[in-house]
Amino acid sequence: MSGITAERAVPDRPSRADSYLTVETGLASWLLTTDHKRIALLYMAAITVFFFVGGAGAVAMRIELFTPQADLLSADAYNRAFTFHGVIMVWFFLIPSIPVILGNFLLPLMIGARDLAFPRLNLISWYIFIAAGALAAYTLLAGGVDTGWTFYTPLSTAFANGHVLAAATAVFVAGFSTIASAVNFIVTTHLLRAPGLTWFRLPLFVWALYATSVVMVLATPVLAMVLLLIFAERAFGIPIFDPLRGGDPVLFQHLFWFYSHPAVYIMILPSFGVISELVTCYARRRVFGYSFMVYAILWISLVGFLVWGHHMFVSGQSVFASLAFSLLSFVVAVPSAIKVFNWTATLYRGQIVFDAPMIYALGFIGLFTIGGLTGLFLASVPVDVHVTDTYFVVAHFHYIMVGGAVSAFYGGLTFWWPKMTGRLYPEGWARFAAVMMFFGFGFTFFPMFIMGFLGMPRRYHVYPEEFQVWHVLASAGAVILAAAYLLPMGYFAWSLVWGRRASANPWDATGLEWQTSSPPPRENFLVSPAVDRGPYDYHPAHTGPPSMEREPHRPQGGQA
Amino acid sequence: MTGLGENLPRNAGAIWHRILPVWVGLMALLAGTAAGAYLPLGRFNLVLSLAIAVAKATLVVLFFMQLRRPNPLLRLAASAALVFMAFLFTLTFADVLTRAAPTQPGTVTPQVTAPQQATGQRAF
Amino acid sequence: MSGAAAREATLQKPWRSLRREREAVSFGTWVFVASEAMFFAGPLLAYAAYRSLWPEAFAAAGRETDIVYGTVNTALLLTSSLTMAAAAEGARARLRRLTLTCLAATAALGLAFLVVKGFEYREDIHKHLIPGAGFRLDMPPAQLFFAFYWLLTGVHALHLSIGIGITVTLLIQAWHGSRPLPSPAFEGAGLYWHFVDLVWIFLYPLLYLMGRS
Repeated sequence: MSGITAERAVPDRPSRADSYLTVETGLASWLLTTDHKRIALLYMAAITVFFFVGGAGAVAMRIELFTPQADLLSADAYNRAFTFHGVIMVWFFLIPSIPVILGNFLLPLMIGARDLAFPRLNLISWYIFIAAGALAAYTLLAGGVDTGWTFYTPLSTAFANGHVLAAATAVFVAGFSTIASAVNFIVTTHLLRAPGLTWFRLPLFVWALYATSVVMVLATPVLAMVLLLIFAERAFGIPIFDPLRGGDPVLFQHLFWFYSHPAVYIMILPSFGVISELVTCYARRRVFGYSFMVYAILWISLVGFLVWGHHMFVSGQSVFASLAFSLLSFVVAVPSAIKVFNWTATLYRGQIVFDAPMIYALGFIGLFTIGGLTGLFLASVPVDVHVTDTYFVVAHFHYIMVGGAVSAFYGGLTFWWPKMTGRLYPEGWARFAAVMMFFGFGFTFFPMFIMGFLGMPRRYHVYPEEFQVWHVLASAGAVILAAAYLLPMGYFAWSLVWGRRASANPWDATGLEWQTSSPPPRENFLVSPAVDRGPYDYHPAHTGPPSMEREPHRPQGGQA
Repeated sequence: MTGLGENLPRNAGAIWHRILPVWVGLMALLAGTAAGAYLPLGRFNLVLSLAIAVAKATLVVLFFMQLRRPNPLLRLAASAALVFMAFLFTLTFADVLTRAAPTQPGTVTPQVTAPQQATGQRAF
Repeated sequence: MSGAAAREATLQKPWRSLRREREAVSFGTWVFVASEAMFFAGPLLAYAAYRSLWPEAFAAAGRETDIVYGTVNTALLLTSSLTMAAAAEGARARLRRLTLTCLAATAALGLAFLVVKGFEYREDIHKHLIPGAGFRLDMPPAQLFFAFYWLLTGVHALHLSIGIGITVTLLIQAWHGSRPLPSPAFEGAGLYWHFVDLVWIFLYPLLYLMGRS
């Protein structure tokens, strides 16, 4: 999609009066901005804070788990630590991170628009997010919650000691911010695409954002309502899930997981988009099977709504329903597999460059595959009954969310950093951090598969001695992982001042966002772009990837 | 009526002429459903009242919410909600209706007041 | 206010044509409405599940609601939808007087709904229909019905209050002329209002028409 009809020189750097970073100055120009690029940076600031807060919960847990006894935390404090880790990481880091930082910044650029459809709504959604974050911070300072991030009844409504209401309100409010962003993204994708940018010319990241937004719009309100029901029952004693008055606690789980399973796809779908951009750029290759990549994304966002019951195999759900959900869960694995195979096929005979974003992407593919395959174990009822609520489950979803989504987030941030800031990061350090993240992750979470299968239950801070070796391994790995997360923050900050200036298209990538200066001007494009070809135009469709030495390739897949 | 309905009526009389019949229909349906509630139909009371509700909703959606305009975007949004609601209801009822007796909520004898008081504070 | 100047003033930032912007506002509101529909689907699902489990208790509890208040309120809301539709079409046709009158009527009908609802709530409280100790009916699952009664009508009333707020804001803006009539906001507000009406159309048979025969 390097296809701007009138070929013309794009200035590498905009003048100070043009760049979105310097066009206006002062605090008010940031806090009252309606520029999607600035709002993305506002989100980045807020979400970084939450990443630290949520990470602190993880650190406390890993330190506690060094020994089988309770040393650092009491049982109650440990409950609050893992609950807070879960609540913050799910709703204040993973769900917003890629869509509202990278998505907010890139969506209008990628489709050649001047801004999102409703710029003021975009700003409002940031303020709603901050309000939710303030409530979450209040919950933490007031003493936290001990229900686990799932807020299961009747624990949360009748027995929990913590500040369930404040935590539920925080998540409730955060949901509004999510919905506002999602509505904005959907309308933008439908109505603001540049001339010639048809649906099947969209970059896969845009498709992924679109599908994610659809899931957000349709799932988040159900979470909001179920939290409201919890609130009503706990605060006012109105019976809703109370079994003593005819209520059904399993119904809560149905409603909760109707949101929370699609929420997994909210976290991972944008990562799919990011990885597709990275793999194609650093393999200098058209994506293999573009249309199937698109269908896979849509299929996931649709069928992802039909599998929530696999979280409830031991809840008292009927056997019939369990079998139906089990079958559907296997069905939803198919499109994920299609994506993994297509990325691999894209690499085939590509001109692979092992730059930092590509290392993150390759790490993602491996870790996501492991996470996805263990998901199939869990989707099968007998295995799931064996490992329910063990570290096997913990390892599985961390492979998807941390190994998958966080890797993709760091990879995407690294890839688009020059576009966002106009500065290049130090490549050597970035590669080092990417490799370190992969190994730190493996050391932290692979032992959890083993101890989980051996029977180590999750959410306990005192455990039998036989599990200590695995816990020590995991805690030691977590140190490496933490360093790998902190290091980029250091060199990114460094690059803001001392980094080399980036050109408009430092990676020689396709995509409209590279067809404007780095950083982009306030209006995104000095000349409105028009598009006349499909995405990932790294080489002509009927020849192989650009290489002077190689034999001509046979055309691959659907792109032929 | 074309695309976004730029040819909509330009004077008050025409507007009322278009939408007043819809309102009359809605009121008739309301009277029908209120009266129908007193007919001894057994389970079909629910069917009847929900069918009338659907009819009323259809009138509102088509004539007040402009779904009659041939705009695929609006229809997309409207049908998405219906489809996903169907998912929610179908699969939840797949559990609720097939559950083994001991796990049905009804097997705990309900009591008028909850004997167990909450352990912690109940407000913020 | 009419003609090119009004169009110019109405056009917001990323849009290049008013027609496109109008489509975006309608579509965006519809997407939000879809989201809201899922919001109400949650408690309706729980209501349906419990009703299938406890049919007798639900029928007995349903008889306790006041069908007169419910029916009057349904009529009020349906009429308010009529005036809102007229207001939105009036704004699009730049009929200032029709728009202002109908917006005012819509807000007034909405307020009337809330007032009637308030009287109804007062009576419900007198009849001890609040779940908890001293509940009027003996059957415990009847409390479940009233849990949903309070919750659904309460959340609906909240939505309606927001709708009234939006309507009054638009009315004031249109009155002062600070919002030109071609603005797509009128149509967006109308869609939201009709959605609130739709919710009530389904709540009415579920909460008021049960166990009457």
